[in-house]
Amino acid sequence: MSATLAARAASPFAALLVAAMLAGAVLGPARVTPSGLMAVLADLLGLAPLPAEYARDAAILGVVRAPRVLMAALVGAGLGAAGAAMQGLFRNPLADPGLIGVSAGAALATVAAIVLGGSVFGAAAGALGLWALPVAAFAGGLGATFLMARLGTVAGVASVATLLLAGVAVNALAGALTGLLIFMADDRQVRDITFWTLGSLAGSRWAHLPVVVALVGLPTLALCLLARPLNALLLGEAEASHLGVRVEAVKRGALALAAVAVAAGVAFTGLIGFVGLVVPHLIRLGFGSDHRIVLPGSALLGGALLVLADLLARGLAAPAELPVGVVTALVGAPFFLWLLRRRGAA
Amino acid sequence: MIGARGIVVRAGGRLLLDDVSLELRPGEVLAVVGPNGAGKSTLLRVLAGDLRPAGGEVAMEGRALHAWQPRDVARRRAVVPQHAALAFPMAAAEVVALGRLPWHATPAMRQDGAAVTRALDAVGLAQFAGRPYATLSGGERQRVGVARALAQLDGAAPPAALLLDEPTASLDAGQRAGLLRLLRRLAGDGLAVLAVLHDLNEAAFVVDRVAMLAGGRLVAIGPARQVLRPALLEEVYGVPFRALAEGGLLPVFDVEARRGAATSR
Repeated sequence: MSATLAARAASPFAALLVAAMLAGAVLGPARVTPSGLMAVLADLLGLAPLPAEYARDAAILGVVRAPRVLMAALVGAGLGAAGAAMQGLFRNPLADPGLIGVSAGAALATVAAIVLGGSVFGAAAGALGLWALPVAAFAGGLGATFLMARLGTVAGVASVATLLLAGVAVNALAGALTGLLIFMADDRQVRDITFWTLGSLAGSRWAHLPVVVALVGLPTLALCLLARPLNALLLGEAEASHLGVRVEAVKRGALALAAVAVAAGVAFTGLIGFVGLVVPHLIRLGFGSDHRIVLPGSALLGGALLVLADLLARGLAAPAELPVGVVTALVGAPFFLWLLRRRGAA
Repeated sequence: MIGARGIVVRAGGRLLLDDVSLELRPGEVLAVVGPNGAGKSTLLRVLAGDLRPAGGEVAMEGRALHAWQPRDVARRRAVVPQHAALAFPMAAAEVVALGRLPWHATPAMRQDGAAVTRALDAVGLAQFAGRPYATLSGGERQRVGVARALAQLDGAAPPAALLLDEPTASLDAGQRAGLLRLLRRLAGDGLAVLAVLHDLNEAAFVVDRVAMLAGGRLVAIGPARQVLRPALLEEVYGVPFRALAEGGLLPVFDVEARRGAATSR
């Protein structure tokens, strides 16, 4: 019964995600016609060989659009599911993945790599090449969340209130260190840093996608499996343990999965705000608070919205590109304020 | 069903529970009474497994509580907290359905829908199934909590236990009578029921045995008419009591006697 209910609730979002991905593939400064898309898909599926006049469409789709759209869908799904899980875990509607230090830690490590890259990390950066920044961001994000979890755990119990405060402290510390590094940076580095913190999908490459599938896609699916214990946690931790939930294990698992999914996404796209905060609320408004619907729904809608935000980012100032984080914040911030006002009025 | 032996709980250098032992048996309603700060809620938390005591042990069916799988405990024992606040909005029936979690991926799962309906019926909230939990009154929420526990124990192989923390606190006189009757009926069906109660008259009327705590110690346990004696109550609560009903039951706090004592001095 519940499985079919979840499927019924999820199917419109799955359809929206597919539609957004098709639109993201077709639309943009270099237009691909729908018939061109069809021809390329037919060729991919082995239904019909690619007619010669669609060679250009195939190149645009294959080299530029497809990895970008897939990256947006995966990263958005990770942000949406991680946001939903953190709101459930912290029992707080205003929680988002940034709360657990992962974004601030990733930013600190990236800024360090940009500013000190040539000197301190020179050898490592040389060996990693184009992977230097993503690896630094991923490690920094995980490190910050690990630090927060350690600081927030007293005598084996990770109290939600202590975790929240530890997250605030870790965020502040990472922010201060980031500021110190920016102070040391030259003008070109400051510009690189600024664009990284605003997020972009322009750097998406096929080579990144296996990593993103493994480190964003799989944790997102795993978070969906925590739906039932997270539902029990809506009642409180003692009540959840009375229902047989291993509360500490669920807390640790949800934190780790959310941190990996967000850190890996941020590593390739830079910071993208408000998706993790806003998307779970949109699902709850329409379908209630059952995590069996909220988690997969947030993943699908998060993916769809990030694909559409990237489409706007590419189109609004063409041929230049807006940072995608600017678009998500432009749409997300007013929604967030409306949510606050609505909560205040209720 | 659930037994506590020599329970000691300390917090901040103070003894909250001092060598408390009791056994909750299938088919009985056991009331825990005592003044505020006597350790009633602490004892409930120890029995529920929320709090590991500094000394002594809680056992379920003869086996240490912490040695059980959490899920197996949840299939035999439900706990009704005094208050439960939801982090996000849910309908009353959804909250009750959370009680079915321990039965997920078992054949009993097929009974989930029916168990929720039965539980809501039992507490008289059948028509509230679709109401948002946040819009319910305190008494209605308390009954939703009881319904959630009943849904949790629906289909449990006996013996099973139900622990309740002041389940009548937000209820009016009629609802109290209804809930206490329900607890009696559940005990009649073989359930072991332990309820922390504030009202001594409720304890006297409804309960097979009464455990009285004072200052963290178990000062008396036994049939209501032996424990709820005016002399013992006066010693524990520090005010005079008088037994109104036949046979020494129905103790009431005697306001007149207190005033008389003061004026005669």
